[in-house]
Amino acid sequence: MSNNTKKWFSLNLNRTKKSEACGCGNNASSCEEKTPKDGYNQVMDVSMSRRSAFKKLTAGLLIGAGAVSTSCSVISGDESKEKSAIEWDEYFKGNYKLMTDKEKNETVNRLVRSYELRTGKKINLSSKDAEEDVLFGYAFNISKCQGYMDCVNACIEENNQDRASQMQYIRIHEMEDGKGFNFEESDDNYYHEVPAEGHFYMGTQCFHCDNPPCVEVCPVQATWKEKDGIVVIDYDWCVGCRYCMAACPYDGRRFNWKTPEVPEEEVNKNQHYLGNRLRKKGVMEKCTFCIQRSRKGQNPACVEACPTGARTFGNLLDPDSTIRWVLENKKVFRLKEDLGTEPKFWYYMD
Amino acid sequence: MKSLKVVGSLIKDSLAEITHGSRAYHIWMAILTFVMLFGMYNYGIQLEQGLSATGMTDRVSWGLYISNFTFLVGVAAAAVMLVLPAYVLKNIDFKQAVLIGEGLAVAALLMCLAFVVADMGGPARLWHMIPVIGVFNFPNSMLTWDVLVLNGYLFINITVPLYILIMRYQGKTPNPKIYIPGVFISVFWAVAIHMITAFLYQGLQARPFWNNALLGPRFLASAFAAGPALIILVLAVIRKFTEFKVPDNTIKKISLIVTVAAQINLIMLISELFKEFYAPTHHSISAVYLFFGIEGKVALLPWIWTSITMNVIATTVLTFHKLRSNFKILYVACGMLFVAIWIEKGFGLIVPGFIPGPWGKIAEYTPTFVEISVTIGIWAMGAFIFTILAKTGIAIELGKIVYKKK
Repeated sequence: MSNNTKKWFSLNLNRTKKSEACGCGNNASSCEEKTPKDGYNQVMDVSMSRRSAFKKLTAGLLIGAGAVSTSCSVISGDESKEKSAIEWDEYFKGNYKLMTDKEKNETVNRLVRSYELRTGKKINLSSKDAEEDVLFGYAFNISKCQGYMDCVNACIEENNQDRASQMQYIRIHEMEDGKGFNFEESDDNYYHEVPAEGHFYMGTQCFHCDNPPCVEVCPVQATWKEKDGIVVIDYDWCVGCRYCMAACPYDGRRFNWKTPEVPEEEVNKNQHYLGNRLRKKGVMEKCTFCIQRSRKGQNPACVEACPTGARTFGNLLDPDSTIRWVLENKKVFRLKEDLGTEPKFWYYMD
Repeated sequence: MKSLKVVGSLIKDSLAEITHGSRAYHIWMAILTFVMLFGMYNYGIQLEQGLSATGMTDRVSWGLYISNFTFLVGVAAAAVMLVLPAYVLKNIDFKQAVLIGEGLAVAALLMCLAFVVADMGGPARLWHMIPVIGVFNFPNSMLTWDVLVLNGYLFINITVPLYILIMRYQGKTPNPKIYIPGVFISVFWAVAIHMITAFLYQGLQARPFWNNALLGPRFLASAFAAGPALIILVLAVIRKFTEFKVPDNTIKKISLIVTVAAQINLIMLISELFKEFYAPTHHSISAVYLFFGIEGKVALLPWIWTSITMNVIATTVLTFHKLRSNFKILYVACGMLFVAIWIEKGFGLIVPGFIPGPWGKIAEYTPTFVEISVTIGIWAMGAFIFTILAKTGIAIELGKIVYKKK
């Protein structure tokens, strides 16, 4: 892990920043020695010696058989038995999309319990369904964006993204004035003070297409479009073939090439099953319009964090919403409309 | 009861057959076993670390594994195209080649499946893809079609030769009424596996390099060049090291198939190049990257130009009847063609699909040691399986192992 995960310049608009030193909460020097347990390990890792032996032995493929041996073992304690039982049930649970409300509750309880057994802390894991008459949409004001990347920062913190690989759902493209929307020549990985002279900025993320190609191609229906228009992933059902990634024309999807690392004290404990709960290695993830927030009537973290007001989010079916006002009063456009994906993400200029 | 006894005896005899052989055979199998074990060790590392052990990234999310998968589907499909003339048109010449071809198809398919599993982020969760038990996104996802056709093809290619070999093993003549329908299905199926694998890529509007109506037909043409080319090489080895008689005429006929397919493949290549470079559009960037490199990023250049050079030379050589009739030249040409198409239909096709990325990012891909080791391990596995199948099949055909009634 790098000592400083913050690689972009940001305006300090009364935004309280936590420790500048290191993501793991220790001093930069002591950080190396301590390997934080993160991501999937936070859920599943157990501090016992047979555990690590078990982990090596099964190497993923035999996880079920291993869980049986532990749960039937006479010598292991009640807690480890419970953990194994949870692991067993979690491995054999079905696709979230097809679960009954009872099954959803059961898996949520299991995940909360296993996190508690691991860390002694409670998470708040929601399985809230889409509200009636809600269809989420997003608008981005190109004139306002200054490339501060506060949205990127907020998104990473809100959605428990892997700190080690600096995964980010949002990409901010720095474009040269006078060249139009020239993505080829734009830079989405800049490390200098913004706004840079003679440049403008444009953000992309998952556009939550109304006709999403990624959903079509998934061989196991691990990704789908919810009733409120959010394209979600069941992290426990995804097999990691990355076909959806190849199918997405907007670079909206990310893959966990290794076990994601999120220092325990930085874990956002307000989670949603389809949103920011901790992921494991080998599965896809993506922007969910902060489903854990938006379904509670809040704005996504990026909208909240944007210091310039470039980002607008809201219910497309509500005639009084800001997003509707933008769509009705601004000259809006979408990217790669010729592909027929019908993104629910519009751009406009003042 | 009786048939069970026959199968049991066949297994026993085959085991005896495959564990006995010349010194060269034992060394060959020992090397393959070692390479396989090395590949498995590296796959263990990949399981432990995740796919970060490979060179793939969010920018180029498919690499060596999917490239080899794509190429081997072609080999599997082409191997069986030899079946039709042999069994249906009563063309005696082809019969020996067919058995080898079907063995090759089985080995290639198992390699395909191994490559797909190696590419999965969560191989432990693959049961999610089993119909009925899991959720099978059929017919929407082309990947589910591919799962069906590949496994179906594997089933056909195991059952048809198995039936014929079991009959021969007992000294009986196989009943054409039983196996001919299987042969017909497998020929159509061979086209299907290749077209559907092409559709896997062709159907993605996000990747203009693949989103191309010629992709499927070109897959077929290149497969019918590379697959039979490999069969010619294998037959050459078998002719040399076993008593199995492969007449010159058989190899000549197969070389004709290779030649025609290679010519058609070259015409399609020219058509593609014309489209990309005569009036280059935004969508030609992948091709520019592949053939000329962009901004000093030239990782694929040596590969693709090697491929094209070998392809053109091999096709030219094959086109001349005199050169083709010289077996030494023929073998070299077939070897060149095979390697050329492996590059072109492998990472020459898959990697540029991701470059540039959806927003124009040029990020290159270089496979890691782990990835290459696993790939070589899977190839060794294919060679191992094929050797076993071919050795048993040849022994039965030669009448070396026969069912003895006790």
